[in-house]
Amino acid sequence: MAKLNRSPWLLHYDGSSCNGCDIEVLACLTPVYDVERFGVVNTGNPLHADILLITGGINSQNQAVVQQIYSQMPNPKVVVAVGACACTGGIFKECYNIHGGVDTTIPVDIYVPGCAARPESIIDGVVKAVGVFQEKYEKYVSENKERKRSS
Amino acid sequence: MNTTRLLCCLGYILLAPFIGGLLDGIDRKLSARMQGRTGPSILQPFYDIIKLFHKQIFLVNHSQFFLVGSYLVFVIFSGALMFAGYDLLMSFFALTTAAMFLVLASCSTHSPFSAMASQRELLQMMSYEPMVLLACVGFYLATGSFQVSDIIQSNLSPIVFLPGFFIGFVYILTIKMRKSPFDISTAHHAHQEMVRGVTTEMVGSLYAITQIAEWYENVMLLGIVALFFINGNPISWPLAILGVLFVYFLETLIDNTTARLKWSKVLSSAWLVTLLFGGLNLLVLDLMIKYR
Repeated sequence: MAKLNRSPWLLHYDGSSCNGCDIEVLACLTPVYDVERFGVVNTGNPLHADILLITGGINSQNQAVVQQIYSQMPNPKVVVAVGACACTGGIFKECYNIHGGVDTTIPVDIYVPGCAARPESIIDGVVKAVGVFQEKYEKYVSENKERKRSS
Repeated sequence: MNTTRLLCCLGYILLAPFIGGLLDGIDRKLSARMQGRTGPSILQPFYDIIKLFHKQIFLVNHSQFFLVGSYLVFVIFSGALMFAGYDLLMSFFALTTAAMFLVLASCSTHSPFSAMASQRELLQMMSYEPMVLLACVGFYLATGSFQVSDIIQSNLSPIVFLPGFFIGFVYILTIKMRKSPFDISTAHHAHQEMVRGVTTEMVGSLYAITQIAEWYENVMLLGIVALFFINGNPISWPLAILGVLFVYFLETLIDNTTARLKWSKVLSSAWLVTLLFGGLNLLVLDLMIKYR
């Protein structure tokens, strides 16, 4: 089984975030935190991404967008919800247009709490997501094998 | 002689992806250090390729595989021709064909980002092609042959006669290697307005194949840079390697210190440099040959 956990490529999507978490996500790429040392690349392309990083809650306008981005990502893929809003809807939860956290729309693997989530905890979440990515890959391979055997 | 040709050719086909990948890794590490970061491991490009080969594939259409495969095959073919010591002109024509296959692969997907990037890729080809052809002419005038095997046996390094051509070639090398300020069709960095340019719709192993083809292409282009330094004397070989490493460092430095230009500036500046340095050098060389 190949080791895929050395090359996690991220896609960052801003839901209805106040931009606090987005700034912290970008801070992870700066010289102070430098996530590229783990092989992380911030791609702008869902077709090349392994990990979907979403900040902010899901609203009526972006629900379809998030679903489409998720469906465009090739398997295996991992979703990380960054910040209180992405986890549960946060302080916007009761708003008329907010559906809630990211898990109301797509399956979420890792929840990173905080308002705004600190860069250290985001990196921690990404590192955990990398572990999940490897697990999902192994599951994906075994599922494929079974499908081939049955056909 | 034929055995040497075969060995060089095989050496290129087998080793070029490793050298290209390693150079890519060094480039990423160097870039990180220039920006005050630690940066990824030098082997990071290989980890990325392995991962890409294990991802699920989405094919937009079936011709995509054929076109991307052809891009790889033609790049290998052109490099193999050069490293086996055959005709330089032929090798460059094969490289242009390879670039056309990449544009076709990108066009075939009907993505607006790919479409925009393929048009820009064609503009880039228009910018660098005159200098590439001029460089071939320069090698012919300096050494009396288009054959790489003859060029490396000349008495003096071609750079002595071709300093202008060398400057022009290094200039267009930045376009060929997709480095800033000329990364208008696709780039190695994210957050571009055209997403990933020509490779936007290439998923998993398809994207990995374009990456490997790019490594082959880079090694071939750096081989041309080495050709400027190599002569009949064996001491020129280590000098050529040093020259190549210096040029590669220069490309990384340019990549990290410049902002992206608009396509019109890319075209006009590339043609200006070609005309100024390549053209003047050609004129002087021609006069030298006439009055020798």
